Amino acid sequence: MAYENESSEGVWVYCEQEKGKIHPVTYELLNKGRELADDLETDLNALFLTPDGSDAEELIYRGADGVYLIEDDIFDEPDERSFKEYIADLIKREKPEILLIGATNFGRSMAPRLAAALETGLTADCTGLKIDDGEFIQIRPAFTGNILAHISTDRCPKMATVRYKEFKESDRDENREGMVIKETADMIKGQDKITILEEIIAEDVGLQDAEIIVSGGRGLKDPNDFDLLEELCSVLDAKLGSSRPLVDEGWIPRKHQVGYSGKRVKPRLYIACGISGAPQHLAGMKESDIIIAINKDPSAPIFKYADYGIVGDLYEVVPELIEAFKEN
Amino acid sequence: MTDLDIIVPIKEVPDIEKVNFDREKGRIDRSSSSKEPNPFDLNALEEAVRFKEEVGGRITVISMGPSSAEETLKEAMARGADKAILLTDKKFAGSDTWATSYTLANCIKKLKDFDLIICGEKTVDGDTGQVGPEIAEILDIPHIAYANRTIERKLESIVVESEMWGRNFKKEMKFPGLITVTKDVNEPRLPSLKNKLKVRNKEVEKWTMKDLLDISDEIHYGSTGSPTKVVNIEIPEEIGRESKIFEGGDAVKKFVKQLRSDLGDEIHGL
Repeated sequence: MAYENESSEGVWVYCEQEKGKIHPVTYELLNKGRELADDLETDLNALFLTPDGSDAEELIYRGADGVYLIEDDIFDEPDERSFKEYIADLIKREKPEILLIGATNFGRSMAPRLAAALETGLTADCTGLKIDDGEFIQIRPAFTGNILAHISTDRCPKMATVRYKEFKESDRDENREGMVIKETADMIKGQDKITILEEIIAEDVGLQDAEIIVSGGRGLKDPNDFDLLEELCSVLDAKLGSSRPLVDEGWIPRKHQVGYSGKRVKPRLYIACGISGAPQHLAGMKESDIIIAINKDPSAPIFKYADYGIVGDLYEVVPELIEAFKEN
Repeated sequence: MTDLDIIVPIKEVPDIEKVNFDREKGRIDRSSSSKEPNPFDLNALEEAVRFKEEVGGRITVISMGPSSAEETLKEAMARGADKAILLTDKKFAGSDTWATSYTLANCIKKLKDFDLIICGEKTVDGDTGQVGPEIAEILDIPHIAYANRTIERKLESIVVESEMWGRNFKKEMKFPGLITVTKDVNEPRLPSLKNKLKVRNKEVEKWTMKDLLDISDEIHYGSTGSPTKVVNIEIPEEIGRESKIFEGGDAVKKFVKQLRSDLGDEIHGL
């Protein structure tokens, strides 16, 4: 159950792990969480539910004052209901004021269950967090990224999921000291009505971690012409993206889609080939460090969002680029 | 059990490409655009229809919103839903994801018989994707989020693939349960003109908060029941960039030269 502000204290970070391996969003949350905890003059604690707790110290090196560790084979599978049971139990006992969770698919699936169980608020997919006059303000895009809502929560724990790659990772310092508190797991498995039949390693395109992305849009005339963009990718060691229409047409699998209903990416370099720049696409890539647009139409909206624009037919421009970059 | 009871929650949303945002006042002018069913919910409804076609069953669509949302529910009936309920009451205004889930979950509780609840991945206006799993928790049933492919539809269970932890998990869930589906799961069919005409005179049931109070508490509804409050809306300026434009015969050569002098040392491979 939710509880009042007065009886709560501390900032907690849920450590996303995948079969014991810590997801990097955890270090970003520890960085931001440290900042919030310092502003509130309180502790930062990490919550680590994992089949393998050998990395618990790592969370202290990355900024946590304490680590609540529950080590159990149950956590080898993404079973939201059992994660929720254990976390809810600890939260009711320790009463933290704030709980941050990475907005990964698992985080976005588990956190709402936890919030509903605790009858508290959950702010989805935050891109900013701050303490304003003692109050925890959560900032998040809504309306397909057209607005930024500033949100407060009137009961505790105040929960938020936070986008991956929104904050920097915390620095690692092996001299940092903290305490690992081992909790025991003795509850039953939660989601017993769900059976995992098979586990297939997903072929990840790697868009979210890519340094350079080359994306194709409606300017392409044939599905096979993605080969041309693939060639540019291989010269630049880039990953291949696409705008929505080509995915909807079935020219390329959805896992390549950049945009609001696809992946949100922030590479060092984004090369948009034959993409006009619809809001749906911009929502997924406009925060890239450097944007290069190639388009026949000099009035295409994409040019307003680009640092470099080449007005020309991608079928002429891209081969020239391939030649030019090959020289290097 | 001979027939499946499937429930699909649907939200009426503005057409995001057309809606106006008043930057100075920090307001969203919802009246500036036409309304439509949340696009992600159409994938959920399509999945329900496929279930009905394959194993038989009955589809109930439910929505919380203003009375205008009746149109959205009628469209859902034209697309294959058998029954529609609109939860409409001023007391529901200002609901956040928790209060919304509470309202929808109590409506479902009152319907008693349900096997499968299918939700879209998220809405295009609220953009949270939280309501599905929250409903599952309130109803104390299992859920699978981000189902991107249905492998098997059965009377007593469903088998889907869901991506998480960099893996595709093939999971079977026994009913009653809830799934949220991504756009990958199917391609929604358009309603036929014949079906559109057929639903014209069909009734959409309207429920108010009072209809739910025998099993729930008034303090949990609407803005009073919502733990989160929007304290400010910021409408960011479009971040245009200062573009260096290259045109004409030697555009690419000039561009590459410029790019290398600007960034050559920073990005490997240029």
